[in-house]
Amino acid sequence: MEYGIFQLIIMSIFVNNFVLSRFLGLCPYMGVSKQLDSALGMGMAVTFVMTMASMVTWVLYSFFLAPTYQSVFYLLFDTPIDKIPDLTFLRTIVFILVIASLVQFIEMYIQKVSPTLYKALGIYLPLITTNCAILGVTVLNIDMFFKDGLPLDNSFIHTLVQAFASGIGFTIVLILMAGIREKLELANIPKPFRGLPIAFIVAGLMSIAFLGFAGMSVE
Amino acid sequence: MSLLTEFYKGIYKENPVFRLALGLCPTLAVSSSIINAIGMGAATTFVLVCSNTIVALLMFLFNKFLSEEGRKSINKIRIPVFIVVIASFVTIVEMVMAAYFPALSESLGIFIPLIVVNCIILGRAEGFASKNSILPSMMDGLGMGVGFTLALSAIAFLRELLGSGQLIGQTIIGGGFKPVLLMVLPPGAFLVIGIYLGFFNWLDSHRKQS
Repeated sequence: MEYGIFQLIIMSIFVNNFVLSRFLGLCPYMGVSKQLDSALGMGMAVTFVMTMASMVTWVLYSFFLAPTYQSVFYLLFDTPIDKIPDLTFLRTIVFILVIASLVQFIEMYIQKVSPTLYKALGIYLPLITTNCAILGVTVLNIDMFFKDGLPLDNSFIHTLVQAFASGIGFTIVLILMAGIREKLELANIPKPFRGLPIAFIVAGLMSIAFLGFAGMSVE
Repeated sequence: MSLLTEFYKGIYKENPVFRLALGLCPTLAVSSSIINAIGMGAATTFVLVCSNTIVALLMFLFNKFLSEEGRKSINKIRIPVFIVVIASFVTIVEMVMAAYFPALSESLGIFIPLIVVNCIILGRAEGFASKNSILPSMMDGLGMGVGFTLALSAIAFLRELLGSGQLIGQTIIGGGFKPVLLMVLPPGAFLVIGIYLGFFNWLDSHRKQS
């Protein structure tokens, strides 16, 4: 399947929205959507980390893990092509470690360079390590833009576009949800449904609305 | 006796999905059919039991053989250590599933590697296994895993029954029944879990009153 950049953006933001149709990143979606400010901060942090993590994991996967002509073992150590180790089974371990250390590094860097940004994003960054949206987008990129360990055409650009657009889609839904939940605080809801249960039902209704975008799918 | 309590608490009193609201992403994503739900539950249970056991064992060894300072520095990096232990077991599950259950592996897809970031597993490793000895940790993992599987199956039961009129491939409601397609689509997952959570809250308040 060949994707254009524009299709990829529309698909990642609306059709395959990370929260409402792929079910990734639900913990921050339910946990941080009580206020508009924090929703915006979390959305920005997730978008940023998603893009960075996709970039780093793409490089690691295509140069270290996959047994292709791009592998460092072939380029630097002159290993014969049939003796290059196939390390793709290490994908999960390598990616989660990369994400954890990347988040730590970004946190330290932002704290040093821009204290204002750190104030806005700082408390959300540690939460992001165990956010399945980040690991999800990196694994998804590999599934979509690699075939038998070989990157497809433009796969690096597509990876970045998909990661960024997915982050934007996540942010949009988070902000919409925060707007609704601020109103829900004042609504007269039956007692057992207050809090999380009604939030899920609202999410279900939003998901129905987003099903309308399925008609824009290019597949 | 106390080992059994560790086991039972995961099933109702501290059910990971309905009471603690942990591990929601896989819960919603794979609960469109009972087969998927049980497969995911089994995979998660395996990882939970193994990682809880290894974490408890590691903590026991650290406490026994390390000096005061060594323990302090280990304490600082314990979360990455837990994550590596969990990720190793997830990789085992991933490879076994791809080899022996290719159809299941295909339909669970991206959610098998995502077991690593399931909050239940890291939560139990940090909250229970790192503070308790090996046998209770194992039972705790088993109980939590069974509770998770039961919760997934309960959600999948409603979704599959209403969404296709079938259970595990057998037609249950035939005749003039028109399947509610919405139930097997993403919105159905949100609605069903919302109603379940509300129901369990109601049950809880009802119990406290009587």
